[in-house]
Amino acid sequence: MELSGSEIIIQFLKDEGVKHLFGYPGGAVLHIYDALQKQDDVMHILVRHEQGATHAADGYARATGKPGVCLVTSGPGATNAVTGIATAYMDSIPLVVLTGQVPSHAIGSDAFQEVDAVGVTRPCVKHNFLVKDLNKLAETLKKAFYVATTGRPGPVVVDIPKDITAPHIKIPYVYPEKIEMRSYNPNFKGHPRQIKRALELLLGAKRPMIYSGGGIIMGEASEELRKFVRKLGYPITQTLMGLGAFPGTDPQFIGMLGMHGTYEANMAMHECDVLFCIGARFDDRITGVTSKFCPYAQIIHVDIDPASISKTINADVPIVGGARQVLTEMLKALDKTELKIDKSAIDAWWKRIAAWQSQDSFAYDKTSELIQPQAAVEELYRVTKGDAYITSDVGQHQMYAAQFYPFDKPRRWINSGGLGTMGFGLPAAMGVKLAFPDKDVACITGEGSIQMCIQELSTCLQYKTPVKIINLNNRYLGMVRQWQEFFYEKRYSHVYMDSLPDFVKLAEAYGHVGIQVDKPADLHDAMVEAFKLKDRTVFLDIITDQEANVYPMISAGKAHNEMDISPLQQLKQASLKAKGELV
Amino acid sequence: MRHIVSLLVENEAGALSRISGLFSARGYNIESLTVATTEDSTLSRMTIITTGSDRIIEQITKQLNKLVDVVKLQDMTEGNFIEREMMFVKVKADGESKRAEIHRLSDIFRARIIDVTDTTFCIELTGSGDKLDAYIKAMHENNIVEVVRSGSMGILRGEKALTL
Ligand SMILES: Cc1cc2nc3c(=O)[nH]c(=O)nc-3n(C[C@H](O)[C@H](O)[C@H](O)COP(=O)(O)OP(=O)(O)OC[C@H]3O[C@@H](n4cnc5c(N)ncnc54)[C@H](O)[C@@H]3O)c2cc1C
Ligand SMILES: Cc1ncc(C[n+]2csc(CCOP(=O)(O)OP(=O)(O)O)c2C)c(N)n1
Ligand SMILES: [Mg+2]
Repeated sequence: MELSGSEIIIQFLKDEGVKHLFGYPGGAVLHIYDALQKQDDVMHILVRHEQGATHAADGYARATGKPGVCLVTSGPGATNAVTGIATAYMDSIPLVVLTGQVPSHAIGSDAFQEVDAVGVTRPCVKHNFLVKDLNKLAETLKKAFYVATTGRPGPVVVDIPKDITAPHIKIPYVYPEKIEMRSYNPNFKGHPRQIKRALELLLGAKRPMIYSGGGIIMGEASEELRKFVRKLGYPITQTLMGLGAFPGTDPQFIGMLGMHGTYEANMAMHECDVLFCIGARFDDRITGVTSKFCPYAQIIHVDIDPASISKTINADVPIVGGARQVLTEMLKALDKTELKIDKSAIDAWWKRIAAWQSQDSFAYDKTSELIQPQAAVEELYRVTKGDAYITSDVGQHQMYAAQFYPFDKPRRWINSGGLGTMGFGLPAAMGVKLAFPDKDVACITGEGSIQMCIQELSTCLQYKTPVKIINLNNRYLGMVRQWQEFFYEKRYSHVYMDSLPDFVKLAEAYGHVGIQVDKPADLHDAMVEAFKLKDRTVFLDIITDQEANVYPMISAGKAHNEMDISPLQQLKQASLKAKGELV
Repeated sequence: MRHIVSLLVENEAGALSRISGLFSARGYNIESLTVATTEDSTLSRMTIITTGSDRIIEQITKQLNKLVDVVKLQDMTEGNFIEREMMFVKVKADGESKRAEIHRLSDIFRARIIDVTDTTFCIELTGSGDKLDAYIKAMHENNIVEVVRSGSMGILRGEKALTL
């Protein structure tokens, strides 16, 4: 088969099984767009901003486990994509981003729309390539997909000069089935001796904790994790990125840990004697101040990336390996072992956890005349029967979503954790809806975040991706306001969103349905209405209590057992103490 | 502690910037970095001198290993190795007595004079960093016109080698 560079790109994407391509055209990619127009195996989704393309591809990847693919032009196209690339990088999401480049002979001449895309993206990609030779194009594309999807996944950029895609230069094309890279070996198998040590330590524990993260989801190890945790009967906590890997409604799950995690999860972290961490990376939102982190624990850390191990927290038993492989080995060893769990110690441990749980750290005011943001998320949970795909933006609403929408399945909770990118939610929801047209997809957002990629409402109309936008409208950059309330003596500096648009009219202007509610009593019906409109994108503008705060909270320099707790929990604590049920 | 890390790297444009970028982005120290191709033109050999606590050095080697362009890596400091650096020094050499003194000094250090004019000598010297420092110190400061140092290279002693 003789193909031009542009045709090779399209044919390669087909051969690689790519169904959706998120992109935006421009001079440097015109040849590719011409080839794209002549086929319909790969569906191109024309976004309204390249950031939207990368987030949509990212949402698609998080929901499906397949790589998300983007195509953008040189210069501003590439720089607009950077935020989305960095977002995917921080959360280890497989993306392949094709950027057009000025013709090879013009590179370095400050040509029109020239930017060194390989240089600009270098710090926020797993790897990137500049294609210099048409004969290497197919092989380079294969390498990009291979690197993006294996080991610890991540985004890969392929920068393609315009001359490489010229329609009149054709070369033979064969799909490169397999690729070898001597410098890249993503396959690590957990060391059997370390696995044995880890199991001995775990079985001997009196106050064990399991702490898992995004690596379980990326590594498709949810099934194995469930079996393992249930077999042990130990408590488990998950990071923001790990939610859904272990069912959120299972009694063994004691809630998310970290800055806005449950009181019980953080207390248990502080008090545990053996910590089994798998597919999580001891992020600073998790550890609080590292010198006071898990002071009594021996730490086992399983991660596919050796660089994640002992990076911030030293591991006593490091295991470099894929989560699924390691858990499978551990399950086998668990079946065979003669060692016994210390039943009475574990019972006592669960009693202590129950005492922390009884303080209800997520309690919020249910009598208020204002809509509490937590109540809105709970309502969403009820109306969608806990089975929707939920994307979110960044801020207080993101935390409420994580706290009040328990996920029982992996890949249902889609948010930007590592970079914390406002603007992520809507395009990501679009990507998810394209992957799963028959599923409910909702984006929990805030009036600040939604405006960062609001233009994608237009894309939602064009490609009929009827997502539900749940706007927790507190008329504040709430998360920032909360910090200013707590740490800057309520000096609210530039967090008030003045001149907000009328979101209902805005939604209508984009051809969608807008609904506004401001009374708790109307919440249920509005939510039901939104989901009844199956083929319409609905913007549900929920006017919430402006001063609501996210609790509990670990502030800077604090340990897990030094959380700031809500006024309601303080009352509860006091009354439990008075009754002698708490020491 | 000071570490000398040797790497085999794909000989590709951009590989060097990935490595130097890693050091600057993560705030690691870099004392020197040398790089050139090997007998296999697809591979470059790089020597990096860096300093840091054991923990930081561990992160540095892990992060370097993670780079897709890095084929193989070895922290030489863990084994028995030889380290050398090369230096050119251009010095003022006007007048018989001064020229004789520079000759004498260079003999002691086993340096070679590789270029001579009426007023200058250019001297080549190979050795450990300390030896090069000592030579510079021994040479009167106001005699020195310019100094060019290569940065260190390292190789393991004996049969062990950093190869594919
Ligand atoms: C406003 C805000 C507040 C936040 N508050 C919290 C909070 O309270 N609690 C919280 O948890 N987070 C919080 N975060 C998120 C936080 O910033 C981090 O993104 C998150 O904690 C990281 O999750 P993780 O450790 O699971 O790592 P991920 O980023 O998901 O990384 C996964 C780890 O697993 C490894 N891995 C990948 N694949 C595999 C595999 N196959 N096998 C084994 N290992 C694998 C990777 O190498 C990596 O080390 C917050 C974020 C924002 C924006
Ligand atoms: C692109 C970007 N800019 C700035 C921030 C810092 N930031 C974090 S949360 C937040 C406020 C978000 O406001 P809103 O979307 O209304 O959510 P709320 O906290 O009110 O629920 C800001 C500004 C960010 N995370 N991302
Ligand atoms: Mg807000």
